[in-house]
Amino acid sequence: MPYSTDQYEGLMAETVRFTGHQGDAVHGYLARPLGAGPAPGIVLIHHAPGWDTWYKELTLKFARRGYAAICPNLYDRVGHGAPQDVAAMVRNAGGVLDDQVVDDVAGAMQYLRDLPYSSGKIAVAGTCSGGRHAYLVACRRTGVDAVIDFWGGGVVMRPEDLTEKRPVAPIQYTDALTAPLLGIFGNDDRNPSPEQVDQHEAVLKAAGKDYEFHRYDGAGHGFFYHDRPAYRQEQASDAWRKVWAFLDKHLV
Amino acid sequence: MCTYVVEKTPIAGCGSGAEGWFDLKEANVSYDHPFNAPYEHALNIDFTNEAEGPGARVAVELSADSARALVAAILEALERGEEAERREMAG
Repeated sequence: MPYSTDQYEGLMAETVRFTGHQGDAVHGYLARPLGAGPAPGIVLIHHAPGWDTWYKELTLKFARRGYAAICPNLYDRVGHGAPQDVAAMVRNAGGVLDDQVVDDVAGAMQYLRDLPYSSGKIAVAGTCSGGRHAYLVACRRTGVDAVIDFWGGGVVMRPEDLTEKRPVAPIQYTDALTAPLLGIFGNDDRNPSPEQVDQHEAVLKAAGKDYEFHRYDGAGHGFFYHDRPAYRQEQASDAWRKVWAFLDKHLV
Repeated sequence: MCTYVVEKTPIAGCGSGAEGWFDLKEANVSYDHPFNAPYEHALNIDFTNEAEGPGARVAVELSADSARALVAAILEALERGEEAERREMAG
């Protein structure tokens, strides 16, 4: 039902802990609408700059739309302090292990699923490195009902870009993808470049996957980030409409 | 794009952070997303003491041109300073 100004709204948001990779207790920022539910869930996978204000606000945005949303702190293990200092430590270490991220996100999904107000439907979504991680999780774990890749660089990888932390290009796992996929990309982006998005789309199409890609002229990497010069209002507004329509179709 | 391009080098010296001066042990030089500078990618230098935790960090985020100018300025200052020291030692 569309929102009306005379309707009651209430949210709850708090820091929680859930069980992630190797049984570690991992922090997550959880936001959800008040009430008995049922609420569909979404795991929001933060970008390389970390568990920052933009992602906390994104979590609240999804909760206002009726989702139980959780944003796990993928950098929990390196220490605690200002988000930028923690993220810098991870950047200086070359990022986080793919396996660790997949397990942490799977743990966050389980946390959502166990909530008494859960509808049982769960999406995963992320921007930048988080978009790549979202795709990886949707290919490597069951129970994902929808996945959104916002300009995830490194889904397509050259052999020389593979590392111990990122040993397999996510595109290699495409046959195992079962969830419908929404991809949002800027045509001025360099990673993923339009050619890499073409390559990804060709593999999805050949494998008969359920996907929709929306690609925007005049937009580059990170065009949703309203606090950065990369923000593109027109393209971002259109893409958000695509996001809500996609989630309404597959999760609600 | 996350480039994951980072070069690390051990260093000796001190830096002034949020809680005052601390010993520096590493310089981490990356070309990747900055946190604040208005570029998609920046040359980021984190002067750190990782053993003291994430907060032991002095950070700069520079445009590529600025970073090159900084390298040239550092080398020039070193050359002139060391030359001055040599002259002083020679009496």
